[in-house]
Amino acid sequence: MHPFRYVAAGSIDEAVAVLREHGARARPLAGGTDILAQLRAGRFELDALVDVKGVPEASALRLGRDGLDIGAAVPCYRIYEDPDVSAAYPGIVDAASLIGGIQIQSRATIGGNLCNAAPSADSIGPLIVHAAAVTLAGPAGTRTVPVDSFCTAPGRTVLGEDELAVSIHVPRPPARFGAAYERFIPRNEMDIAVVGVACAVVLDRSGERIESARIALASVGPTPIVAAKAAASLVGGPPSADAFRAAGEVAADEASPIDDMRGTIGHRRDLVRVLTRRTLERAVQRASGGTASGNTGRGTR
Amino acid sequence: MTQAPLPKAHVRCQLNGQPVEFLADQHMSLLEVLREVLDLTGTKEGCNDGNCGACTVSMDGRIVDSCLVLAPEVDGRTIETIEGMAPPGGLHPLQRSFLEEAALQCGICTPGFLISAKALLEREPDADEHRIRHWLAGNLCRCTGYDKIVRAVLRAETAMAPKAAAGRTRRKKSA
Ligand SMILES: Cc1cc2nc3c(=O)[nH]c(=O)nc-3n(C[C@H](O)[C@H](O)[C@H](O)COP(=O)(O)OP(=O)(O)OC[C@H]3O[C@@H](n4cnc5c(N)ncnc54)[C@H](O)[C@@H]3O)c2cc1C
Ligand code: FES
Ligand code: FES
Repeated sequence: MHPFRYVAAGSIDEAVAVLREHGARARPLAGGTDILAQLRAGRFELDALVDVKGVPEASALRLGRDGLDIGAAVPCYRIYEDPDVSAAYPGIVDAASLIGGIQIQSRATIGGNLCNAAPSADSIGPLIVHAAAVTLAGPAGTRTVPVDSFCTAPGRTVLGEDELAVSIHVPRPPARFGAAYERFIPRNEMDIAVVGVACAVVLDRSGERIESARIALASVGPTPIVAAKAAASLVGGPPSADAFRAAGEVAADEASPIDDMRGTIGHRRDLVRVLTRRTLERAVQRASGGTASGNTGRGTR
Repeated sequence: MTQAPLPKAHVRCQLNGQPVEFLADQHMSLLEVLREVLDLTGTKEGCNDGNCGACTVSMDGRIVDSCLVLAPEVDGRTIETIEGMAPPGGLHPLQRSFLEEAALQCGICTPGFLISAKALLEREPDADEHRIRHWLAGNLCRCTGYDKIVRAVLRAETAMAPKAAAGRTRRKKSA
């Protein structure tokens, strides 16, 4: 491996200064579960890695009145081991508890998952349906980008060379909100999503109509796909099996999957149908006060 | 054009209960430091990319793949490796139950499984089979087929249970 400097940044300014000094030859380091493997495989070379785990804003997990702020360097276990976060942000907890195994979850961050921008990334769909936005810091100050417009291509994002992600803000969900994320993988754990589907719904007071819905698909396009038509098809209607099945059909049309070693186009569209229906069921169950989320260890296949 | 080599990282940490100080290249992994700088070869390298868990160690009480930790990240941390597991002159109950259940063949995966299982039993001394399998999903074994490993962990739970519970059949949590 090409030798690089390791810099433990203690502040945003320090991190930005090192990124600026090295340009494309430096990158932030969070849990290292993507970037260290990529460097070792010779995917690219760097002269410096800037560890952002010591940046206070990036390592804070804060649940406030207006929502949840997930520091970009907060590892997955801190999210799913927090009972308040688990109760309020079920879709995000679903993703945090299925990224990698326990060793990976000790280190891997949602910030790293987002910035790595793999089409199969498990946290991005849930962040999108939770209407999250990420705050970036660079030489010119900070800016905030909605997660649904953050990824631009596989492995590419709107991040500038001298910018880092500081934290992800997830607004406080309204009353009668529920969300869920499920993926299909050939094993029970430790694999890359062939397809992932995240859904969120808000029910009306009666619990018999869907007031709003959001659906995001992973691994069926170069970037996460917002299945806006499928979500719109649900609004104003009842949370019924028929409605979920119909939404799954629309979502399958909105997907643009490819054939690869993990699955074919047809298989992937089929999975979008099934997983859309299932995650909608779970989201509605959670919206009506049903089962909570959490790392129960039950694999979703 | 050749550049001056980067200075080595100077790292201080607690390792298996002892303060340790070492110099390492900044891009070296904790796994490389353990095996090549500190001569602690009990921690194994399988894949070197986070998939197999052979290199599992405990860092500040949480299990990590040491191949995905950089040496300088360890500064100020507490690390436990397989070399620190057995009490002087004996074996940890998990080590004994792995022998009794023949839960190893080539043994490359064993230190990683032991460190992972120990971390689980410290948190959840009653973990049921499903939970054990889930917790150990980040550890791969090419030889045993896993059943013997899971049985060994269950056996260690019984051996480690407080005396009061030892007589009766222990109830396992169902979720
Ligand atoms: C065995 C194994 C299993 C895995 N399983 C899954 C899985 O099930 N699902 C899944 O989605 N992924 C999985 N992954 C991939 C990886 O663990 C996740 O993508 C993880 O969330 C990455 O986070 P990290 O903190 O380790 O990122 P890092 O490796 O530290 O960084 C990833 C990328 O993001 C950039 N970056 C990190 N932090 C910042 C920041 N603050 N600002 C700007 N850029 C930043 C880095 O420069 C790098 O390019 C797995 C990986 C392994 C090794
Ligand atoms: S060697 Fe570290 S996980 Fe395989
Ligand atoms: S005993 Fe050989 S890999 Fe597990």
